[in-house]
Amino acid sequence: MGKTMAEKIFSQHSGEDARAGDLVIARLDFIMGQDGTAPLAINSFNEMGGEKVFDPSRVAFVIDHSAPSPNEGVSSLHKLMREFALKQGILLYDIGHGVCHQLIPEQGHVLPGDLVIGADSHTCTYGALNVFSTGVGSTDLAAGIISGKLWFKVPETIKFLCKGVLPPGVLSKDLILYLIGDIGADGATYLAAEYCGEAISAMDVEERFTIANMAIEMGAKAGLMEFDEKVNKWVAGRAKRPLRPVFADPDAKYVEIRQYDVSQLEPQIACPHTVDNVSPVGQVEGLPIQQAVIGTCTNGRINDLKIAARILAGKKISPGVRLIVAPSSRQVFLEAMNEGIIQILVEAGAAIVTPGCGPCVGTHNGVPSDGEVVLSTANRNFKGRMGNSRASIYLASPATVAASAVAGRIADPRPFFL
Amino acid sequence: MLLNGKAFKFGNDINTDYIISGKYKFKTLDMKELARHVMEDLDPHFYEKISEGDMIVAGSNFGCGSSREQAPLAIIYAGVGCVLASSFARIFYRNAINTGLPVIECDTSKIEEGDLLQVNLEKGIVLNKSKNREIPITPLPQVMLKILSDGGLIKHFQKYGDFKFD
Ligand code: SF4
Repeated sequence: MGKTMAEKIFSQHSGEDARAGDLVIARLDFIMGQDGTAPLAINSFNEMGGEKVFDPSRVAFVIDHSAPSPNEGVSSLHKLMREFALKQGILLYDIGHGVCHQLIPEQGHVLPGDLVIGADSHTCTYGALNVFSTGVGSTDLAAGIISGKLWFKVPETIKFLCKGVLPPGVLSKDLILYLIGDIGADGATYLAAEYCGEAISAMDVEERFTIANMAIEMGAKAGLMEFDEKVNKWVAGRAKRPLRPVFADPDAKYVEIRQYDVSQLEPQIACPHTVDNVSPVGQVEGLPIQQAVIGTCTNGRINDLKIAARILAGKKISPGVRLIVAPSSRQVFLEAMNEGIIQILVEAGAAIVTPGCGPCVGTHNGVPSDGEVVLSTANRNFKGRMGNSRASIYLASPATVAASAVAGRIADPRPFFL
Repeated sequence: MLLNGKAFKFGNDINTDYIISGKYKFKTLDMKELARHVMEDLDPHFYEKISEGDMIVAGSNFGCGSSREQAPLAIIYAGVGCVLASSFARIFYRNAINTGLPVIECDTSKIEEGDLLQVNLEKGIVLNKSKNREIPITPLPQVMLKILSDGGLIKHFQKYGDFKFD
């Protein structure tokens, strides 16, 4: 019987013939912690009697969630991380470097065929590079950085086969929102997802990250994609280790194979207060918004900013709307400046904030007021997510958010793509 | 590992905020204090009612929500011996094993509030002593049993400095 991508990666990293359901101890290629989780993991590390990190070049801390620090409490946690990083010689990406899930792949730390953990639920993002990467708690993180290993139950796999070509103005974000709405927020719990088919192959790597990023929003443990020439090109020049891509066998066993034709897909919106509460944009069109957000680990990449600039060029955002843009990394920020994208966005009325999580998790950078409606490119719209449980959050693609910021209400972006 | 206790029943989708409300979670790292508030929003007297070793019995998707380890820790510090549910949210499941809380997936529909239960983790059997009925569970893999019997991953590492399973 053949193997899925997940079974192959766990076999390679455990030295066993790993099959779904098996429990294995597997070697880790890279480990990441951020400022919301690393401080607790440092405590666990000390409690466990940890002295040295197993390999400092394979561990990174990123200060991105509340960066720069908004208060003393956070500052002391940041300090704890800086001191630990300095003492252990691990990588530290301090404020301004960007969001962890953009930085870690961008800096070449995770490569096809790798097994990666991060103390952040959206660690599944790296699946777009053919990496098995998953979110863990702080004890797991501590055990990982001491030993370079972790226990795993090898998951079964569900496959999403996406055929057809996305229509103009309909983006990878619309596709993943649609899939989550279709299968539900716990539709893939315990499972690894494989996203494939010609619609995925046609996307560039940056667009694929958006899909893998939201695998957790359907409950999945990881969201894997095929290794192809585009991935190969993307990692070339960043990779500091050899690649070991894996391919699913044709006779691999799946719990389910779901087929989709994307050619009629419309722009999608996730409505409050769950990510699987998804409708086509037409159903909420016209709803006034007060805040628009372009950024986060889902959609703050250069292609996302380009799409926003294409819509906002020569226009002004509607009076009464605030547009917050958080480039996902310093590199993205610089590239957007060099290409004149930042100029366009700022002229249109955007407020640019430090590369990082931006207002995504409600610690700073744009907490909405009571009763306000926010339209965001983020991945979660739970009640209170942005720091106020009396605000409503809608999720959409960067095209929909930009078009809506101009209109002052939720708008269909497709007229901009004719 | 043989566990004995009385069943306290809960429904489906018990999220980490029901297990320990956010308003306490961020206030203190004192687990004994957190434990007093475990399950408080669902049953304000839960903490006073239970005796050492009693069991939480729930439906599907137990522990959904945040990935914070305070949730299984608060359950442990309250004296709960194990949690039985028809399914668990993934990160909670990992965190429970790592903090030393036995989590057992089985058909919980036939268990009633107050039933006396005995769980045999190695053999994979729950004996409902009040109903004189056995409920099969998938036996826990060796690795999980070892972490649990050491009292969680932190203690396991204190003892061996690494993963050790022979
Ligand atoms: S951008 Fe939002 S979802 Fe992504 S890592 Fe930061 S807080 Fe989490």
